[in-house]
Amino acid sequence: MEKGRIEIQQLNLWFGTNHVLRDISLSIPARSVTAIMGPSGCGKSTLLRCINRMNDLISDTRITGRILIDGRDIFSPETDVIELRKRVGMVFQKPNPFPKSIFENIAFGIRIHRLAHGRELKERVERALRQANLWEEVKDRLHDNAFSLSGGQQQRLCLARCLAVEPEIILLDEPASALDPHSTARLEELIIQLKNEYTIVIVTHNMQQAARVSDYCAFVMLGELVEFNRTEKVFTNPNDRRTEDFLGGKFG
Amino acid sequence: MKRRRIADRGVRVLFSVNAVLAAAVLLGILIFLLAYGIRAFIPAGAVDPEDPSTQPLTLGGFLFGASWNPDAYGQPEYGIVPLLLGSLITTVLALLIAIPMGIAGAVFIAERLRGGVRVAVKMAVELFAGFPSVVIGFFGLLVLGPALARVFNVPSGLNVLNASVLLALMSLPTIISVSDDALRVVPHSYREAAYALGASPWTTAIRVILPAARSGILAAVMLGFGRAVGETMAVLMVAGNAPIIPRSLFDPVRTITTTIAIELGESAFNSIHFFALFALGFILFLIALFTNLIAEALIRREKRSFTL
Repeated sequence: MEKGRIEIQQLNLWFGTNHVLRDISLSIPARSVTAIMGPSGCGKSTLLRCINRMNDLISDTRITGRILIDGRDIFSPETDVIELRKRVGMVFQKPNPFPKSIFENIAFGIRIHRLAHGRELKERVERALRQANLWEEVKDRLHDNAFSLSGGQQQRLCLARCLAVEPEIILLDEPASALDPHSTARLEELIIQLKNEYTIVIVTHNMQQAARVSDYCAFVMLGELVEFNRTEKVFTNPNDRRTEDFLGGKFG
Repeated sequence: MKRRRIADRGVRVLFSVNAVLAAAVLLGILIFLLAYGIRAFIPAGAVDPEDPSTQPLTLGGFLFGASWNPDAYGQPEYGIVPLLLGSLITTVLALLIAIPMGIAGAVFIAERLRGGVRVAVKMAVELFAGFPSVVIGFFGLLVLGPALARVFNVPSGLNVLNASVLLALMSLPTIISVSDDALRVVPHSYREAAYALGASPWTTAIRVILPAARSGILAAVMLGFGRAVGETMAVLMVAGNAPIIPRSLFDPVRTITTTIAIELGESAFNSIHFFALFALGFILFLIALFTNLIAEALIRREKRSFTL
């Protein structure tokens, strides 16, 4: 099986008595961009956060079904969450750099996983920043505080921070929702660049964005997967009436 | 409309009067301390050349004198060095114990406890912060003192170590409680970011949350320092109180606060001794002032480098 493939099988999730995800089955191919779109509150972020088990942090969560990454069930007791999250990186809705220098932000993940130190650490930091198209802008101010960067730069920094631990899968949770159009365009460009090496799953409620960046597209509504197909197919000839209505702007 | 304006003005007057009053009282205490303390250094009334106890002090002798002995027959001595060292040594030792324990405790409470347990533990800690110091002194006198004497095989358990341990106990709740508050306000997004990178909860606490809460924790430590350096009763009960410069943990020690408490009642009203104790109080005020200014400066520097 190709590395980086995500199989979601009959996934159900409850927060307390609230049934948030209903029987979702989805097979996300490796080395491509898959967009999960849907109206706000439909559970798309929650679905994304299942893949790196960020929902573990929320108490009173119950999950049934399986998520297989490279054929292994991430909910099985043998799964090491730390190892899982190292392989499945995440960028959040709002840029959330640490209150540390630019360099330290990137070095953090490398250090905690003891991937490198000394000169190699510096090289890795540079590589991650180059991958995120940020190196040229920050190379002379690596020791400035990360908060001195603009919002768009901060979000690329967060992406670089995630790339620095060399994940196979990158989860993007509405990464452009706090950015201006120019920064958004740069980030989208970057996502397309990265898809040859990583499996990327992006949550967005912006359908134009989904159309621009994704190869595959899942449409989620009220916790149910309505449609999943190649992006061109979903946008030009959707199978489900609800998808058509959403894309047509009847609700959002 | 009109009524609202009157009510508005009334509230404003109420608040400003109270603010001014609070500041005025504090300033008044300071002026009073200074006015009394300074009279130890200027000849007032009759100076009897035959009686050394009526001689005004020199500032140098007061600040740098290595012996405090106001009751000496013949030549009383008013050197504050042993007292100043006593206060600083016990406080610093107490903080050496209380800072690591307090921060570790705060991290535990803030990061690992949830719900009712958290509330209960926090309440217990804060309750301990309000514990009467005389009770803690009692514990030091009757339990810790004899225990120290036995364990370390020293003649008396009333010494530097005992005083420092009690001061640590007393500043711990403040340090824990204020640090916990500082840790709690660290944005949740930092935690998420660290967890998403595969950091364990402890790694996150130590490498992300703790550094992010630095200025608040510094404030907690300063409050702990204030509690330790100003504490009188517990120290009075367990420090042994010999005004000497201690050479080991097991020597008795006398602090500035306890000296004022011990001697104010027995010094003659308006004597040099009496005024010298006010000068001691003023020194204590200066210590508090400087530590606060340093903390303030550190926090401000921190804020400058860590905000937009």
